[in-house]
Amino acid sequence: MIYREAGDFKTGYRADGQTFPIRLDRWGYYAALAVAFGIIPFVINNYWANAVLVPFLIYAIAALGLNILTGYAGQVSLGTGGFMAVGAYAVYKLMTSFPEVSILIHILLAGGITAAVGVLFGLPSLRIKGFYLAVATLAAQFFLVWLFNKVPWFYNYSASGQINAPTRTVMDIAVTGPTASAPAKYLVCLVFAFALAWLARNLTRGSLGRKWMAIRDMDIAAEIIGVDPLRAKLSAFAVSSFFIGIAGALLFAVYLGAAEVGEAFGINKSFLVLFMIIIGGLGSIFGSFAGAAFLVVLPVLLKNVFVGGMGWPTDLAAHIELMIVGLLIMVFLIVEPHGLARLWSLAKEKLRLWPFPH
Amino acid sequence: MDQLYFAAEVMVNGLMTGVMYALVALGFVLIFKASGVFNFAQGVMALFAAMTLVGIQQGQIPFAHLINAVFGTHLHNFGWTVPSLLAILLTACVMVLLAFLIEKLVLQHLVGQEPIILFMATIGLAYFLEGFGDVMWGAEIKALDVGLPQGISDTVDELTLNWLGYGFFIDRLDIWATVIAALLVTALVLFAQYTKQGRAMRAVADDHQAALSVGISLRFIWVMVWSIAGFVALVAGIMWGTKSGVQFSLSLIALKALPVLMLGGFTSIPGAIVGGLIIGVGEKLFEFFAGPLIGGATETWFAYVLALIFLVFRPQGLFGERIIERV
Amino acid sequence: MKLTLALAAAAFMAAGPALADLVVPNMSYRTGPYAANGIPYADGFNDYFSLLNERDGGIGGVRVAVPECETAYNTERGVECYESLRPSNPLVLNPLSTGITYQIIPRASNDGIVIYTPGYGRTSAKNGSVFEWVFNAPANYWDGASVAVKHALEVEGGDLNGKKIALVYHNSAYGREPVRTLEELAEKHGFELVLLPVDAPGQEQKSQWLQIRRDRPDFVIMYAWGVMNQAAIQEAVNIRFPMDRFIGIWWSGSENDVRAAGAGADGYKALTFHGVGRDYPIYDELQQYVYDAGRASGAGDQAGTVLYSRGVYAAMVIAEAIRKGQELSGEAEINAAQLRDGFEALEITAERMEELGLPDFGQPIALSCENHGGDGLARLQQWSAGDGQWSLITDFIEPDAEVLDPLIEEDSAAFAAESNITPRCG
Repeated sequence: MIYREAGDFKTGYRADGQTFPIRLDRWGYYAALAVAFGIIPFVINNYWANAVLVPFLIYAIAALGLNILTGYAGQVSLGTGGFMAVGAYAVYKLMTSFPEVSILIHILLAGGITAAVGVLFGLPSLRIKGFYLAVATLAAQFFLVWLFNKVPWFYNYSASGQINAPTRTVMDIAVTGPTASAPAKYLVCLVFAFALAWLARNLTRGSLGRKWMAIRDMDIAAEIIGVDPLRAKLSAFAVSSFFIGIAGALLFAVYLGAAEVGEAFGINKSFLVLFMIIIGGLGSIFGSFAGAAFLVVLPVLLKNVFVGGMGWPTDLAAHIELMIVGLLIMVFLIVEPHGLARLWSLAKEKLRLWPFPH
Repeated sequence: MDQLYFAAEVMVNGLMTGVMYALVALGFVLIFKASGVFNFAQGVMALFAAMTLVGIQQGQIPFAHLINAVFGTHLHNFGWTVPSLLAILLTACVMVLLAFLIEKLVLQHLVGQEPIILFMATIGLAYFLEGFGDVMWGAEIKALDVGLPQGISDTVDELTLNWLGYGFFIDRLDIWATVIAALLVTALVLFAQYTKQGRAMRAVADDHQAALSVGISLRFIWVMVWSIAGFVALVAGIMWGTKSGVQFSLSLIALKALPVLMLGGFTSIPGAIVGGLIIGVGEKLFEFFAGPLIGGATETWFAYVLALIFLVFRPQGLFGERIIERV
Repeated sequence: MKLTLALAAAAFMAAGPALADLVVPNMSYRTGPYAANGIPYADGFNDYFSLLNERDGGIGGVRVAVPECETAYNTERGVECYESLRPSNPLVLNPLSTGITYQIIPRASNDGIVIYTPGYGRTSAKNGSVFEWVFNAPANYWDGASVAVKHALEVEGGDLNGKKIALVYHNSAYGREPVRTLEELAEKHGFELVLLPVDAPGQEQKSQWLQIRRDRPDFVIMYAWGVMNQAAIQEAVNIRFPMDRFIGIWWSGSENDVRAAGAGADGYKALTFHGVGRDYPIYDELQQYVYDAGRASGAGDQAGTVLYSRGVYAAMVIAEAIRKGQELSGEAEINAAQLRDGFEALEITAERMEELGLPDFGQPIALSCENHGGDGLARLQQWSAGDGQWSLITDFIEPDAEVLDPLIEEDSAAFAAESNITPRCG
């Protein structure tokens, strides 16, 4: 009886079409936002920011981006790491070349540059489909990493090939570099995550999103009803890469502060983000966040429980942590094959009927 | 002239490397063909098989580290060694047991689900096996020696030196790998063509529903296919483990198999072999001739770019089933 | 979920070491791709401090707490470790990963925590006037390259003119470190340098080694890590490259790297900046106080191996720096800033090492405000496959400071400009 829609009447189309049609959901959403913007910045410490929340938000952005491409438009991509690297190197070059321009603009521009690169590598998607498309994006992944490793211009000819984020400020508060405080880093990532999630939600339920989904469900049928596959697929690549580029820029500039392309943006990153959206739920905004939380927060949690709480040797804890993550993935699948997002909506479905299930 | 011979030498070595790639790709193809699962855990299975082999061979106590941590004991070794052949057999049994458990505990509950979900289950499996292998046998590097010879083949070197005036380098391990791969593929083809189980396997690959309706046990077939894939993983693990020791990186050889699969098609055993050979030769020749011009270390991406260019012209892969789309 | 996490985090903070200890965390990796190398290093590091605690009751009467944090050689986990260790006020960090080192240099410099990276990390951190908190004594990557070339010179009777040296390297920031140095040295000594990058992880190196077989370089120098080491040594054996002309950096010279190649690896040479084996008096005490008392770290089967010795070496230098810091400040419970002063005044003489039970284990070190990297001497060890042992074959060799110093000056100046650092040290 806690969660129900009885008595929640809609009097206009606008109200009917809103993102959270159920009042309680809406309240929950506002409450979450209020906590995220109003409370957490005041209580957050370095550990929570750098080890948990900042990576969570950044990966959520990347997962949103990939979900647009894979979950909504049905194009499998394993190039996420490479595209994140584009974002990271773009923001690095911009930051060091134009130090007087605001870092926020640089991050957006980095997303734009990544979008252009994404469209370029999206071109083969017009010919290649399904699992085979993964090869095109893998080519992007490996080629981009190789390129950033090889051409010294990208890392400003530094002897080591590493890139370091210098300190940049927003309204005189440092958000990158070593002096950036935990709330500043967290808020920058939160603002981007919130704005991009809002954008993704509204894009996917608009005409563009419907075109993507038509292409995903059956591209030939979509073409017959008048969806231009060229534009639909390439726009999906562009939007997705824009998101991923921003995630890459934030990962480097705000979270890590220093990066080496092969290590920070390798193929593992591509797989990690793909796992996030599959576990979270394909074609779901909430799923992107849930998947990111599962794969970022759970290992940290397990580590703290095993090593901190129970005092196990670190190596044993790390091995068992892997086993538990693997087991949980399999258990979740058996319980609900369509990801955490479906699990969540099923739970809500049950709650609506509770306590009278029939 | 020497340049030409050298190119030929690079090519021959590329072919041999291609066989090694194909060995890994084979495991993927088998499972994909029979159950439509893209088995992400294939690489980790190769690692796990190789670890188990070394562990059995050297008489390591499984879970020694865990036991020691819990009970405060100092166990490491049984103090015996097991002959290679017996150890390989025992490891094969472990892989069959693993296949049985995977079917029983995971796949059985996911019958009829979409490919992406089955794919995801194998992701979970990969995570699990990676941790499990380390807990069971420890994370240090183990030398694997089952008596396969390694190093330059003097016979080939002398023969070509006398014959062409240029000694070719061929690794004896590569020769063995080629022979073993040929035997393995022949055995698999014979098995699939001429045995009852093999025919049942092909029937399942063609159509799950139809196979079920004529009384073929899907579960038995899945256990069988995963066992065979486990065995192929063991062979790949032995080959790569002999080359560079048994360690975590062994699980990354799966990445080498991806472009092979893309090129050869996910459903074709000959495709895996031919794809492996093309990629092996292509990347070696490219590294050799273009590498110095653009700075080397091209091998990681060349295979994918090659597969990409190829796919643009033939989207279903070399031997893949022709894609016919209807609304 | 959030609540449990909060509880776990709280439990974690509570389980941290007591405040009165000297906290020297061990950022180790016992899992992941480089576990095999991380394990012995971490064990050696832990065991040395266990010995000090058990035998002497710590350093200057204060026990040393060595909380361990698993990084799996992953930078993001490194950040997590850094943040989880920071509340316990660590004195010094030693992450054994160049990537993580770069990652935490700006953070730790800002938070005032010493970073000690023997033989790895950022080379130009040798310049203490720019890198206040970072120490990389006794030797760095560029020293290693120079010493390898000096050894080649020695073998060739002092002349490398017209010779060919190939560098097989890990195609990453770490692997590229020696390229610049070797190019300068090639110009100076007139040898030809062939660069052969191998992409990570490096299991497949056939084309590189076919090229070596054709070009027949006089020497091969290798900068590799993890599986690339084993694969390279195996390929060298396969093409019958003369192993005594194959020189690895110290990260390419552990038992793990050569054992898989079997008898063929006999004669392979690697650089090192410390001794190897159990032939030092300290092992009697380690046996008595640590191993026999059941306090050995990990499985306890790594004692005397190359990377274990390196862990002991790192711990020894840190312990000596702590002692110096205590002496300078007159306090037993020093903080990180006092430890930095201790490092900058650090002097480890041959006699001191003998007192510590480690005679001739490492080169004498004398650091200062400007010099955070020591003199960069290194010696060569050679693998004997028959006994399964490394043995030291040269004395400490001095690197070519004439070539290296300007390079370090240049790189640290670039960092200083990039990060707005005004050089200190008077």
